[in-house]
Amino acid sequence: MTAPLLTVQDLGMTFPGANGAFRRHAGVRAVDGVSFDVRPGETLGLVGESGCGKSTTGRMLVRLLDPTAGRVGFHGRDITRIGQRELRPLRSKLQMIFQDPFASLNPRQTVQQIISAPLRAQGAAPKEIAAEVRDLIRLVGLAPEHLERYPHQFSGGQAQRIGIARALATRPELVVADEPVSALDVSIQAQIVGLMERLQRELGVAYVFIAHDLAVVRHISHRVAVMYLGRIVEIGDKREVYESPAHPYTKALLSAVPLPDPLAERRRERIVLLGDPPSPANPPSGCTFHPRCPKAQQICRTEAPLLRITSAGTARQAACHFPEA
Amino acid sequence: MTLLEVKDLAVQFDTAEGVVRAVRGVDFTVEAGRTLGIVGESGSGKSVTSLAVMGLHRGAEVTGSVRFQGTELIGAPEETVRQLRGRRMAMVFQDALTSLHPYFTIGDQIAEAHQTHFGTGRKAALARAVEVLGDVGIPEPARRAGEYPHQFSGGMRQRAMIALALSCEPDLIIADEPTTALDVTVQAQVLELLMKIQQDRGLGIIMITHDLGVIARVADEVLVMYGGSAAEQAPAETLFSTPRHPYTRGLLDSLPRLDAADGDPLLAIPGSPPSLLAPPAGCAFHPRCGLYAAAPEAVRAACTGERPPLRLVAEDHRTACLLDSPSEGRITHQEVTA
Repeated sequence: MTAPLLTVQDLGMTFPGANGAFRRHAGVRAVDGVSFDVRPGETLGLVGESGCGKSTTGRMLVRLLDPTAGRVGFHGRDITRIGQRELRPLRSKLQMIFQDPFASLNPRQTVQQIISAPLRAQGAAPKEIAAEVRDLIRLVGLAPEHLERYPHQFSGGQAQRIGIARALATRPELVVADEPVSALDVSIQAQIVGLMERLQRELGVAYVFIAHDLAVVRHISHRVAVMYLGRIVEIGDKREVYESPAHPYTKALLSAVPLPDPLAERRRERIVLLGDPPSPANPPSGCTFHPRCPKAQQICRTEAPLLRITSAGTARQAACHFPEA
Repeated sequence: MTLLEVKDLAVQFDTAEGVVRAVRGVDFTVEAGRTLGIVGESGSGKSVTSLAVMGLHRGAEVTGSVRFQGTELIGAPEETVRQLRGRRMAMVFQDALTSLHPYFTIGDQIAEAHQTHFGTGRKAALARAVEVLGDVGIPEPARRAGEYPHQFSGGMRQRAMIALALSCEPDLIIADEPTTALDVTVQAQVLELLMKIQQDRGLGIIMITHDLGVIARVADEVLVMYGGSAAEQAPAETLFSTPRHPYTRGLLDSLPRLDAADGDPLLAIPGSPPSLLAPPAGCAFHPRCGLYAAAPEAVRAACTGERPPLRLVAEDHRTACLLDSPSEGRITHQEVTA
């Protein structure tokens, strides 16, 4: 087995609370004890509902946020607490794609300027940059004549291609993509997913693909981690997680996704969870899923389950006292 | 019983950049106790269609016919529409936080609708508000009625919106992306609720969404819109089992599916949905269409000439394509650059 590219251990993020004159707000623990590896050239999908901490985790991986606990190792080196000067050469290897392509592209810069920015930041020679940018724009399926235009002259799908070209400019080994297709129309989503898959085959880049859409994540990922209220509740190979989910939350989440097939929809067993996902500012005791869990017992209310292998012969782990598989 | 009959509905707006023809001749009916799903991407005209039906199209030019329980609404006096709107037909919007007034309690807002339409006293109207909040599964409805929208979670707000729509016992509910802003586990609750209410009260529902999964779960009949027109209309089962229009087929093939075998490639539709300011000549889909790209020159001329009319291809199944044939398999769509 190849050495992991990225090693995440016990990662935590507690956003500080505000201390007012009359009230003291405790911090919000957005991410708590998250651990996983990403191997070169693979895609790890990070799924969960709003507020589960998946985006916060993604931002910590590329040091857009500084974690309050745990460590992120890149090629075995702890990058959690290194300074900006040391971080800069690493930035070229660790890139990010954002959800809203328009908000993440400077409206006053041409596409040429946008895509070349990371190369300039890394100190490449102007001549090299010009050639490289032309290659990049073709790589993502646009044409060199697009380079002189501004972001507003593009559709959402095209703008996302520009964001991808910028992320790939420095030939990164890992790209964290935070909901890269969820702002796009259905017919455009498949274009971008296809592009990301092709680029992975051609360039060997690894992705951490963050999304709430379970079907998209199933399509693009090799391994999947399911998050709930700041923690990973299940992680494993895509097939294991999707075909025989071990955590009751994963099972309920999968059964909640409507299938584009009316006959299958009618036959399906559906687990409808009660209530909303709880607020991370005030998480339930024990297993944080217990108030919504159809299988909750006494122990679930008091003791938080640890992530562990639940069935022999697999590497899939789930954090549940009463796993399904 | 037919609740709503829409014929040749067209909506256009004057904008600084020119006339936007958002809807260009759409026909459909909604029966009591049935759900019509309208599916399309951004700019397909699906939301404008529903606003026009509800008479909420400020400043737009609306033509055609919208008959609700026998009453023609296009060109009817505002008072006629006002009496029906919220009373006989009600709307549920995507974003409950912007649709509910932040300064008034949930109970007040529901009570207001009831007072307006039935002239009931405030006390009775508030009691009715508590009753419908209970109907939509809000725990402790009497207490929650006194709370403000920001005190509700996303799922609870959407339930409150549904309660507001239900408070006057309408016959038709138009739901425009009612679950798009919700998490998938909460979406499942809200869809379940809508279907249960429909069963109990025999409501007609128009469900507008971009999500084909939601359509498959709730719709009896489906209207697929593209570039302001109907691309295909069929009963839900027929549409998903034997889609005919290359756009519908392309959409289904480009969708990643939870139940797909691993390694099934996604066949993307190239290009983007058309601009409504300058729609392509003829069939709005032709610049992205695989059948068009593969067709001989002589046949192609027809696609770029007139807008293809909807024609019947099987029982209750209509499609607006000149090249369609009931062939099996996937179409490889290629962008045709003019």
